[in-house]
Amino acid sequence: MNLRYLSGVTTLSYDSDKCRGCGMCAQVCPHGVFALENGKAKITDKDACIECGACRKNCPFEAIQVRAGVGCAAAVIGGMLRKKSPSCGPDTKGGGCC
Amino acid sequence: MIEDKVNKTVNDEADACCCGPATRNNIRYTVIPAAGKIQTEAGEIDVVPVNWVFRDYLGWILVRLNINRMEYAVKPGLYAVGKPDRSSPVLVTANYKLSFDVVRKELAGLNAWLMAIDTKGINVWCAAGKGTFGTMELIKRIGTTGLEKVVDLKRIILPQLGAPGVAAHIIRDFTGFWVLYGPVRASDIKKYLDAGMKADTRMRRAEFGLLDRLAVSWLEAVLFLKILIPVSFLIGGAGFLLSRHFSSPLLWNKSVFVIALLWVAAFTGSVLNAALLPYIPGKAFSFKGSLLGAVVTAILMLLSGYSLSWLSWFSVLILMSAVSGYIALNYTGSSTFTSRSGVDKELKYALPVLIGMAGFSVIIQAIILAGWFL
Repeated sequence: MNLRYLSGVTTLSYDSDKCRGCGMCAQVCPHGVFALENGKAKITDKDACIECGACRKNCPFEAIQVRAGVGCAAAVIGGMLRKKSPSCGPDTKGGGCC
Repeated sequence: MIEDKVNKTVNDEADACCCGPATRNNIRYTVIPAAGKIQTEAGEIDVVPVNWVFRDYLGWILVRLNINRMEYAVKPGLYAVGKPDRSSPVLVTANYKLSFDVVRKELAGLNAWLMAIDTKGINVWCAAGKGTFGTMELIKRIGTTGLEKVVDLKRIILPQLGAPGVAAHIIRDFTGFWVLYGPVRASDIKKYLDAGMKADTRMRRAEFGLLDRLAVSWLEAVLFLKILIPVSFLIGGAGFLLSRHFSSPLLWNKSVFVIALLWVAAFTGSVLNAALLPYIPGKAFSFKGSLLGAVVTAILMLLSGYSLSWLSWFSVLILMSAVSGYIALNYTGSSTFTSRSGVDKELKYALPVLIGMAGFSVIIQAIILAGWFL
């Protein structure tokens, strides 16, 4: 199965000095980007990151940064046209995203 | 300290998905007839049935076809499944009725509390991205439902895909409730509970199997009908009028041929591309869609035996490839493994190429058409 998207693009960054090893990032990530190793989180598969922001939101120590957003072309195009940030759902007209 | 954290979260949520929560508040809630009532210290709570009835199945099909999709919600609040007591688990979901239905169906045979939080009728994942399946809403809902009077153990189970919107540690600081992230899929809830609220690696991953890919691809096709139908009439109408003008059936035949190919290209870029997604070469969705569109169109054009000049043949092929590629590009929003930065990058390259392909084809066809007038 080749369900991988473009590599080398994610804005995910992680500061291991701030990490206290609670493991929330590894738990919430739907693509297994983080793993817990020797009491600290470690990025094991950075290119699998979809920038959903779950890890950043649930890190109590603010060790993770990522520009969260929707990986949705319709939303990004809509955002360009309206000169706003991309979003999806009822705020935009149409758009297959969500 | 807690106030600081909460304020920070609110600010985060205001720019989560960058436009803040959805503003709709006027959704007419769909009522699921209660199967009973349970008395609690927080008042009477409706028991929801675990079985789907005809209306639930019908609603499920309709929202997949974009009918009533934005008006499909249950009233936010606390519900009961089976005969829960003070020690039963509390599960949280969105108030999108399809999300709520899927969860209650999976809870058959269990006794649990089910809390629907106000996501304005949007599913968990998308609402989490918008921040409506969010920290503040959850804190508020725990308060308004009086959850702490209903259960002894201060513990709530959230779907893992709600995590982009919810800061578990802030919920705990503010309400005393511990947030546990359950499995990605509702179908794993039972296993998760049986395992003592532990999710294995498989339960934690957002897979995107064939059935999932197809289920969400129809929507892409349906959304595109809004463009496809008027364009078909436009091309057909032009073909008809020009054929009469030149007293030749050729242009009418060609217009019908192009319309047929357009519909096939739309189907290819949406449903066929979704089905074959892991097997088509490339990573960019527009590339996959364009490639598949070109292959399918070429096969159809060869099989049809419809004779065209090579330039016209080629330009029609390019146009269909672009149409399929564009629809496939939009499928990024339905997939489970694309990122915002990835889509930004793909768009930067793909949009000019797709527009160029379509523009080239239209110009060639316009030149060919102009030949009729000369």
